[in-house]
Amino acid sequence: MGELRLMKGNEVIAEAAIRAGVDGYFGYPITPQSEVMETLMIRKPWEETGMVVLQAESEVASINMVYGGASCGKKVMTSSSSPGYSLMQEGISYLAGAELPCVVVNVSRGGPGLGTIQPSQADYLQVTKGGGHGDYHVIALAPNSVQEMNDFVALAFDLAFKYRIPAVILSDGAIGQMMEKVELSDFVPRRTEEQIRKECGDWCTLGSNRHNVVTSLELDSTIMEERNVKLLKKYEEISKNEVRYEEYMTEDAEYLFVAFGSCSRICKKSIEMAREKGIKVGLFRPITLFPFPTQQLKVLGQKMKGIMSVEMNVGQMVDDVRLAVECKVPVEFKGRYGGIIPSPDEVLQALEEKLVRK
Amino acid sequence: MTDQELKEIMKPENIVYKKSGLLRDNIMHYCPGCSHGVTHKLIAEVIEELGIKEQTIGISPVGCSVFAYNYIDVDWQEAAHGRAPALATAVKRLLPDKYVFTYQGDGDLASIGAAEILHACNRGENIVCIFVNNAIYGMTGGQMAPTTLVGMKTATTPYGRNVDRNGYPMKITELIAQLPGTCYVTRQSVETPAAVRKTKQAIKKAFLNQKEKKGTSFIEVVSTCNSGWKIDPIKANKWMQDHLFKFYPLGDLKDSVKDDPESYKQYIE
Repeated sequence: MGELRLMKGNEVIAEAAIRAGVDGYFGYPITPQSEVMETLMIRKPWEETGMVVLQAESEVASINMVYGGASCGKKVMTSSSSPGYSLMQEGISYLAGAELPCVVVNVSRGGPGLGTIQPSQADYLQVTKGGGHGDYHVIALAPNSVQEMNDFVALAFDLAFKYRIPAVILSDGAIGQMMEKVELSDFVPRRTEEQIRKECGDWCTLGSNRHNVVTSLELDSTIMEERNVKLLKKYEEISKNEVRYEEYMTEDAEYLFVAFGSCSRICKKSIEMAREKGIKVGLFRPITLFPFPTQQLKVLGQKMKGIMSVEMNVGQMVDDVRLAVECKVPVEFKGRYGGIIPSPDEVLQALEEKLVRK
Repeated sequence: MTDQELKEIMKPENIVYKKSGLLRDNIMHYCPGCSHGVTHKLIAEVIEELGIKEQTIGISPVGCSVFAYNYIDVDWQEAAHGRAPALATAVKRLLPDKYVFTYQGDGDLASIGAAEILHACNRGENIVCIFVNNAIYGMTGGQMAPTTLVGMKTATTPYGRNVDRNGYPMKITELIAQLPGTCYVTRQSVETPAAVRKTKQAIKKAFLNQKEKKGTSFIEVVSTCNSGWKIDPIKANKWMQDHLFKFYPLGDLKDSVKDDPESYKQYIE
């Protein structure tokens, strides 16, 4: 049993980073995630593990610092919230193009524009469909608890290095700000330069006689197309191997909620209330938003009388749900926007109105 | 000269100049007369002479010198437009025992990347920044840069830079010299053998500053872009001397160490 604590989601990101042997964190303050960097500054990990923590001049600088550190084979990360995540898109595209491993945490809030500081899931499309320019994907993990905020930091780094790809933890202001019991991970030492050379020596820029070059540039279209094909193969491999999802009370279910992050917690309460009324409903929770659990949802979803995608946005994941079940099952949508968290009652009411009583 | 006489001369002990071992054999893409080639050569020579090849990481920009990594035989990272100082910041902090340098043009450094260079210099990042200023965007076809002189014709100022429409040419090196994190700020050029020698000394000094952890060293190299300026290389050198040097005078702007942090404590005491 690891160390048990009562902590905020954002604080746990910081603690988990130190414990995962992260080499560097580069960030810029933005609500509702500023506690990540604040916690790191209070913890002073540079004295403990030698981890570098730096407040950058902007999110643009933060993500490019991540690019510099990742190019050295180091475990580096940043965190932000929606407007800041938008500013990072150019950098994430470069990271994807240069095939660099890193972790980006997006504790998302309502938009568009400056929007609101309240929680939202309105960055689903930006995170899962690319976000920046060019043909690329990032791995997207969606925690629904403070515990998963802890667990997904190390997991995101493992996946990022396994596939040399940016991994995004798409959380929201509710999970970032709420306090829950968490079992912290054990400490993993930072890798030595020798270990990094062994693992990443053929591409990383630690100084060498190899003339290692990290770049996303290729002016020869035929070679650039080969690079696109290589990336495509990587995304296919990730889609085959790394799908993660959770099913809840689906064995006897006739209806299905599909929800990620905070909304999945609300749906569990709605399910409890629905079953008291005799409505057999279950939950399918995508944990990886990219790769989306398309096949798994297809198999389960096509047994249902109806499916409802529950999101804190105007309907961003619902299209992926419809595609997964190939439109063979009615798929409805229930959302709240602008930083409003839907209540279990209104989710249940929407299920009854849109699917059960129809 | 007979073959025999030539053989007599071509002995190792008679060699007074040779290509740096750190310059790769790739054919440079730079236009004839461009200042990048000479500046690359000087960096390669300095790294070779200091014996730090395997401890050096270069950061290349977006612009004509985006391919600097094809020519100098060290590890390189190619940055997004303007962001080289942000990359260098992370590399140097994560690898404090290595040598890190950035190489940027005037569009990259003084326009889109103004925030990154100012903040890296203000933090006193222990890096070397090479700034090649030819007062124009070369790679994209000769558009106005922040450093373009008033009245200078470019693709986007076809009737000459007009202050009311385009603002003033920016002396970013003077701005950077004001920042407490910099230890050495100098403006040099490479159009004559004497200037080449001075610039090489400046680059060497900058790398030695990094070794001694003195703060940010910043070297502007006032340069030509005969393609962008649409004049031949010899005229371009003359034009640079007659016009750019007047607005961007050569010489050291600062040569010390970064400010003493202790001296800043008085304001909250």
